Amino acid sequence: MEALPVVHPSPLVALVGNPNCGKTALFNVLTGSRQKVANYAGVTVERKEGSLLTPSGRRVRILDLPGAYSLDPLTPDEQVTADVLLGRRTGETTPDFVVCVTDATNLRQNLRLVLSLARLGLPMVVALNMTDIARRKGIVINAERLAALLGVPVVETVGVKASGASALIKVLDSLAIPAQSQRKAVWRTPSAADIAHDQTEVRRILGAVGGDRLDGVTLSDKVDAVVLHPLFGPLILAAILFLVFQAVFAWAQVPMDAIKNGVGALGVWLGTVLPASLLKDLLVNGVLAGVGSVLVFLPQIIILFFFILLLEDSGYLPRAAFLLDRVMGSVGLSGRAFIPLLSSFACAIPGIMATRTIQNPRDRLATIMIAPLMTCSARLPVYALIIGAFIPRRAVWGGLQLQGIVLFVLYIAGVVSAMGVAFVLKRSGSLARFQSLMLELPAYHWPNLRNLAIGLWQRVEIFLSRVGTIILALMVILWALSSFPAPPPGATGPAIQYSIAGHLGAWLAVLFAPIGFNWQISIALVPGLAAREVAVGALGTVYALSATGADMSGALTPLIAQSWSLPTALSLLAWYVFAPQCLSTLATVKRETNSWRYPIIMAAYLFALAYAGSWITYRVALALTS
Amino acid sequence: MATKQEPAGGPARPADMQLADLATGTLARVVSVSSADAAAPLELGRRLAELGFLPGEAVRIVARGLMTRAPIAVRIGTGTFALRLFEAACIRVCPEQPLLG
Repeated sequence: MEALPVVHPSPLVALVGNPNCGKTALFNVLTGSRQKVANYAGVTVERKEGSLLTPSGRRVRILDLPGAYSLDPLTPDEQVTADVLLGRRTGETTPDFVVCVTDATNLRQNLRLVLSLARLGLPMVVALNMTDIARRKGIVINAERLAALLGVPVVETVGVKASGASALIKVLDSLAIPAQSQRKAVWRTPSAADIAHDQTEVRRILGAVGGDRLDGVTLSDKVDAVVLHPLFGPLILAAILFLVFQAVFAWAQVPMDAIKNGVGALGVWLGTVLPASLLKDLLVNGVLAGVGSVLVFLPQIIILFFFILLLEDSGYLPRAAFLLDRVMGSVGLSGRAFIPLLSSFACAIPGIMATRTIQNPRDRLATIMIAPLMTCSARLPVYALIIGAFIPRRAVWGGLQLQGIVLFVLYIAGVVSAMGVAFVLKRSGSLARFQSLMLELPAYHWPNLRNLAIGLWQRVEIFLSRVGTIILALMVILWALSSFPAPPPGATGPAIQYSIAGHLGAWLAVLFAPIGFNWQISIALVPGLAAREVAVGALGTVYALSATGADMSGALTPLIAQSWSLPTALSLLAWYVFAPQCLSTLATVKRETNSWRYPIIMAAYLFALAYAGSWITYRVALALTS
Repeated sequence: MATKQEPAGGPARPADMQLADLATGTLARVVSVSSADAAAPLELGRRLAELGFLPGEAVRIVARGLMTRAPIAVRIGTGTFALRLFEAACIRVCPEQPLLG
């Protein structure tokens, strides 16, 4: 059945181009902040649409299609681009007009896509982007000649300058949009003869318009001689990673405390102005405390993505992937997986969001699956509590703190098990035998502040919308589980003990007895599903403490030191290395993979690992201490 | 197909070599692009061609990885791509200045 074409008053213009041609920068100049970021239906490819008001008052919708080398797609990104252009994608209107964005400094490579698009017969204009850099390199392209040879208009653009798109806007302003029915985009896979023909054609065009300088050593080459150096390269990478790590943990502390205190103060204020009621309890203990516990990671997410975008925009990120490709490749991952995995040390949610930079879907999935094994910062409060209570504060092996060593071992255990899981995935054939790298290393350039700001805002928006929807809903559900039914009159135990969460905990205690968890721990694990560190507060509730915040931890330490055995404590530490205790992460996985399958698989395998890890830890510790 | 197959067992040109065997920094020309390993994905040769690895194009190794000297960063035309060794194995090249000795 053919759907009726949607009549849309403003024409849809698609930006198409090779990766790294400065297309997104041009898109930002054209649309400013009037952008909508979402996913294409059914895939995890980002869809960016914006709108532009031309000087004559015409409204043009602009679609930033994913970068593609060819219309014969190899990656999901390219598949989307080809499908949209050919009108094969359900739910997407075929663009009325195509802007083919080319990197003026790399026309030899970019022209091949231009020729393919020209063969399609879609109405289009070619944007010679980055002409500023090209000029500085002494590359002058005769745009008029190029337009005559290609038979389509050619305009010069500078994506990093606010006025850099004026020539393109002029073309879009005076555009005559042909009716959709008048044209038919037909694509056939090019034959060997087609490719050879295109190569001859590219050479002929380059010869005629200029712009082909295969000069020896460029500035980027000189930088690469150091950055990709077998010895200095890894050292520079380590220094950058160290800086990012430091920034995420150190710089974020002040704003994180501010958010925590702000949420706390708001809760106290609400507590005083609202009459004691179920609604108040829901607002203060359910919504505010729950959402606040996730919102507190916003500063870390901003700082982390600031660095990721900076490294991406400057061209360093693919170099880092190049340097790490061998290490990551040995366990079957792509070199690109390192940024998401690094991010996961702050929080698995931005880490999983950052896997969007991995083009191969299988690599991306493998990276998502192991991301929660990186020790996220939400585990620190739990680790700190248990280590503080059970590991003696003393120096071993020449001044090293025993407590610090235990913490380090916990981090390493996560990394090693992640590598192990990736290796198993590779062995089981879940990962392709021949994993492609074929990663372009674009010329370095200075990051553009405007693009950085827009990119950062989009990440923040995605995170906040998630907090406001699915995470909020989960928090309310968990609150309800911990609050209902209310304790019977005359009850002596903590209220949570009589709730559904309490009953669940009692039932879990049977399941967890073989790994040494008592019923108090089992109950605390239920609200701990909201966010890992909530378990600390929940333990406090179960042990009927009235203290809050930092005092809670202080009051809990002697209590658990008395009532838990060392094997139980170690077993709980091992549990926290693996257990999928963060529903927000699972919700993010569901969002990013568009399926319940992967969060379920993830939860199952992590639970299995956690149970096995804790069981072994508990039994070994029991044997050693008895 | 996008790939150019060299006749099996045919006479190899004197300076014809695998891209990965090229010394870092030496300028060369692409001679042929084909899927070397039968198990390699078929589209590999085609994709390399789409990236610009085509007979006659100028090519040069910019950098190599630390361990086992892989992956390699390859300049093709005006672009640079990082390739794993099984990808580079599809490409045969001929150095611009014939190697001495």
